[in-house]
Amino acid sequence: MSRIMNWIDERIPFSNSLKLHVTQYPAPKNFNFWYIMGSLALVVLVNQIVTGIWLTMNYNPSADGAFASIEYIMRDVDYGWLLRYMHSTGASAFFVVVYLHMFRGLMYGSYQRPRELLWIFGMLIFLVLMAEAFMGYLLPWGQMSFWGAQVIISLFGAIPFVGEELTTWIRGDFVISGATLNRFFALHVIALPLVLVILVFLHLIALHEVGSNNPDGIDIKKPKGSVPDDEKAPFEFHERYTAKKDIVDAIPFHPYYTVKDLVGLAGFLILFAWVIFFAPTMGGFFLEPPNFQAADPMKTPEHIAPVWYFTPFYAILRAIPDKLFGVIAMFLAIVFLFLMPWWDRCKVRSVRYRSTLHKVNLTVFVISFIALGYLGVKPATDVYTIMARIFTFLYFAFFIVMWFYSKNERTKPLPERVTK
Amino acid sequence: MIKRFLLALALLLPSVAFAAGYSGPLDRADHDLSDKASLQRGAQLYMNYCLACHSMQYQRYSRTFDDLDIPQELGEELLQFTNEPGGHKTSAIDGDAAAEWFGLTPPDLTMVARVRGADFIYTYLRSFYADDSRPFGVNNDVFENVGMPHVLEELQGTPRRVEEQRMVDGEMKDVYVGIRADGNGTMSPEEFDQAMLDLTNFLVYTGEPMILERQRMGYFVIGFLIVFLILTILLKKEYWRDIK
Repeated sequence: MSRIMNWIDERIPFSNSLKLHVTQYPAPKNFNFWYIMGSLALVVLVNQIVTGIWLTMNYNPSADGAFASIEYIMRDVDYGWLLRYMHSTGASAFFVVVYLHMFRGLMYGSYQRPRELLWIFGMLIFLVLMAEAFMGYLLPWGQMSFWGAQVIISLFGAIPFVGEELTTWIRGDFVISGATLNRFFALHVIALPLVLVILVFLHLIALHEVGSNNPDGIDIKKPKGSVPDDEKAPFEFHERYTAKKDIVDAIPFHPYYTVKDLVGLAGFLILFAWVIFFAPTMGGFFLEPPNFQAADPMKTPEHIAPVWYFTPFYAILRAIPDKLFGVIAMFLAIVFLFLMPWWDRCKVRSVRYRSTLHKVNLTVFVISFIALGYLGVKPATDVYTIMARIFTFLYFAFFIVMWFYSKNERTKPLPERVTK
Repeated sequence: MIKRFLLALALLLPSVAFAAGYSGPLDRADHDLSDKASLQRGAQLYMNYCLACHSMQYQRYSRTFDDLDIPQELGEELLQFTNEPGGHKTSAIDGDAAAEWFGLTPPDLTMVARVRGADFIYTYLRSFYADDSRPFGVNNDVFENVGMPHVLEELQGTPRRVEEQRMVDGEMKDVYVGIRADGNGTMSPEEFDQAMLDLTNFLVYTGEPMILERQRMGYFVIGFLIVFLILTILLKKEYWRDIK
């Protein structure tokens, strides 16, 4: 065995990479519940890729055959229904864990210096994920697939001068048609997953370069020579990490966090399996009822609602009376998140040691996001529109207000070492 | 016990109201997918009264016979009126001609229960009433100005909207109390309700023919995962014992 390992190690840095990133990677020992979302996102990504490959084997990407081929998978392919529900539930699960993962980052200031690029790679993943989900939703070629895509693509038409040509260019046709379906299929199964996997790789590289943040938001890597030997973490870490720093309160990622993430995985899988086997449509939120009807370009559904994970942004779009400014606002809602490391000028990372004002601000932001998500599902009545405007305002206010108070924020004293 | 709990959870889910147009109250369709006799009666009604116009193009005859415990030969002889054995359930009607007669091509009903919900179908089937202003002499309470004739009239009899004198706010008024058949059908009101429940049951089945298999597998998977969860918790405790 060791002879084979030696043979490999002389040719590629296998053992060394394993130590560097897994068995001798120093992770803070105080990770809590919120830190399982990253590994869960990775599991869901693998689930999407594997089930996606098998779905592709029986799916027919044409306007005539797409809808029927989905029902062929559901009825005639062995365990095709299971693959399809794993894939459709996985799409929603992906957004659940990614939203929770992002919230964790906001809570503990994981976007702050020196983790700005880590945050930006994460946001790019989120952006590509939205595109991936949007294009995937067209593939079943149901009523909501068709009309949802119709609404979203027409948004690009609001762009002055080039808008109309741009929408034609995206669709590959003057209306949504088989041409659109074909290109969305290509992007959904090859282009975007490839970009996604590369971004995930970069996200992890960036994470391991700067090291993981933790619920206290303090550094576990102290200046070299500042920590007495008996205070240092009693584990062997890779010399890449120990050469220039003294490491405290850390444990190797494997086996400690692999076994802990396994607990998280088991808990997650129970919820995931419950949806797949007992509520695959999740009351119409994961699979919308009109989508069990084949796309009909002549018949517009009475109420077009995007899937739940897009609804906060959809609500922002509808809250603005002007179409172009609505699109800009929706776009800015994402851009503002990208810029998070620069809105927040505070040096203290974790919400645990920040001002009450910051806690209130973050809470209001979370409430606004959820409220917008709810409003995005509902028809735009007068009352709902006013509410959507208020919450849109609060959504953006989160960033701007933070920029003002975070510079000279009244924070609590930070602990020297991580707390339990 | 766990079976009940899981199903109860599923029922607690808020559902998005999508049923087109009608938003009033619906009668609850208390259907039972494990009731094979009910599904067989539903299939019989569908083949005899619906399939002529409404295809079920995603569902195969052979699959239906298998799932409903109907011997293939018997099914082909008594219930299969279109397509070859093992083929999909196509309708007999010509789509373009139908569009001319009814105003639109009768929709495929394989997954109508997934689009509209069982309660809607159950209520819809029992909500036709005589209305001379309509081309086919009938209208529907939950689907206004529906293009479909009341093909089940020979079973139900002629349904009429019944109004009764009731005291409302101190005045006697004519109040709509429901639909009653004239009694010229071959079924009693109770029999007709049961038949419509059977038909609804059948449509829920065709919408997702693997429901029962799916749920049965779910108990095993979740049972396994609970054991797995316990093991991972013990494993984690063992490894983390020394971490202070």
